[in-house]
Amino acid sequence: MDMNFNQHISQQFNADLEAIRNQMLSMGGLVERQVSDAIEAICSGDTSSADKIIQREDDVDDMEVNIDQECTHILVRRQPAASDLRMVLAVSRVVRDLERIGDEATKIAIHALEVANGSQASSKICHQAIRHMGTAVVKMISDALDAFARHDIGGAIEVVRNDKMVDDQYASAIRELITYMMEDPRSIGQAINILWILRAIERIGDHARNISEQVIYLVSGTDVRHSSLSEMEEQTQSDL
Amino acid sequence: MQLIENHKTTGIPLSPKAKLSARNVDVFYGDKQAIHDVSLDIGENEVIALIGPSGCGKSTFLRTLNRMNDTIDICNIKGEILLDNENIYDPKVDTVPLRARVGMVFQKPNPFPKSIYDNVAYGPRIHGLAQSRVELDETVEKSLQRAGLWNEVKDRLHAPGTGLSGGQQQRLCIARTIAVDPEVILMDEPCSALDPIATAKIEELIDDLREKYTIAIVTHSMQQAARVSQRTAYFHLGQLIEVNPTDQVFTTPQHELTEAYITGRFG
Repeated sequence: MDMNFNQHISQQFNADLEAIRNQMLSMGGLVERQVSDAIEAICSGDTSSADKIIQREDDVDDMEVNIDQECTHILVRRQPAASDLRMVLAVSRVVRDLERIGDEATKIAIHALEVANGSQASSKICHQAIRHMGTAVVKMISDALDAFARHDIGGAIEVVRNDKMVDDQYASAIRELITYMMEDPRSIGQAINILWILRAIERIGDHARNISEQVIYLVSGTDVRHSSLSEMEEQTQSDL
Repeated sequence: MQLIENHKTTGIPLSPKAKLSARNVDVFYGDKQAIHDVSLDIGENEVIALIGPSGCGKSTFLRTLNRMNDTIDICNIKGEILLDNENIYDPKVDTVPLRARVGMVFQKPNPFPKSIYDNVAYGPRIHGLAQSRVELDETVEKSLQRAGLWNEVKDRLHAPGTGLSGGQQQRLCIARTIAVDPEVILMDEPCSALDPIATAKIEELIDDLREKYTIAIVTHSMQQAARVSQRTAYFHLGQLIEVNPTDQVFTTPQHELTEAYITGRFG
């Protein structure tokens, strides 16, 4: 008996699984660019790309629906088991998070336009925090997708760790924002826009964390959703 | 009971509520060894599915559990099979009552060329389980009911059993098996000759029967194993590779061979 376990007896099954995985990764690439463009738009004040980001949201939505449909087809046709089943479930869950990241990127773009149209005096509030957090979450998306592609639990846990840092940065940015609003009530309009942007970035971090949780599920079969970082590290110790 | 030294099996081959226990079982057909050192418990009121590629020994193993292999001259068995802690291969054991306690259902429905009634009444008659005609009638009705066939055949109990559809014949064979009030039912691919609806009925029945009996089922359909069993045992080239709760086997199998088999990666 030939003991090559990488390939299914059915070549088409191999191709189908490979296809959803690749489509998910390219959707991830698109979404990652959405986010980095949105962060760039807000930080540079150059909102020319904002409209494009908003338009591209439809492409992201379509990809989510298409990939999820492919996942359904595989479930129906192949009744996958074990690692194949986990791949299909993980892809289906990850595309939902990617789509939501796309939504958050669009929100950032919309608020970037509002910030640009608002008072110039207060348009730079919390810029530092936005740039820091923005760069961090873009890297988290990219790292989470890399971890997925490489079946890398260590890489996935690193993303979860970074999400905690982003959450901390978000909390301190909110405090800064409150200070601005108390000092100068005229800045409140802009500050609320910034608040939405910070909130969207923080949510993107959460979605990147969700993707990483699916990497852990894919590789080890352990469902670590709603686990703390230390629980996660403990549960995956033997798989690292 | 001797301790097993079976380092080849991954997972949990033993059960705290063992009804049948195989200990270090080797089976030979002539010089050829078909089963290598298998130790496995089958727990009370559980359905255990035995899966694996063709020729892996799962049917051979199943047939050791009620000494069906005795009928094959060149077949030779080492090790112990304990039913309620008694070795069924003890020379004192009579296989006739043994096979009443450990009944079997085969791949192809094999009703006797007799009436539906006589098919079910056959076992109770030869084992002297019914004292009167009334009692026998009750046993037949109860068995057919438990096999989910009563409503379909109650008006034609004296029609030939072979005139039923495939799925009905298989349920008739199950009724025949349970008419002698067995403790364990062995099923060797009981649905492989049936259509999906008949299969669904048998699977439903297996789930109901679990309340009263211990069931071991050999199946080539992994979906069936996943649907009907609580534990799944994976055989490969005569070895018991992995035994684990069915849900675990089909989502996160521990052994690489199990994973390769259930995901269709044997090429």
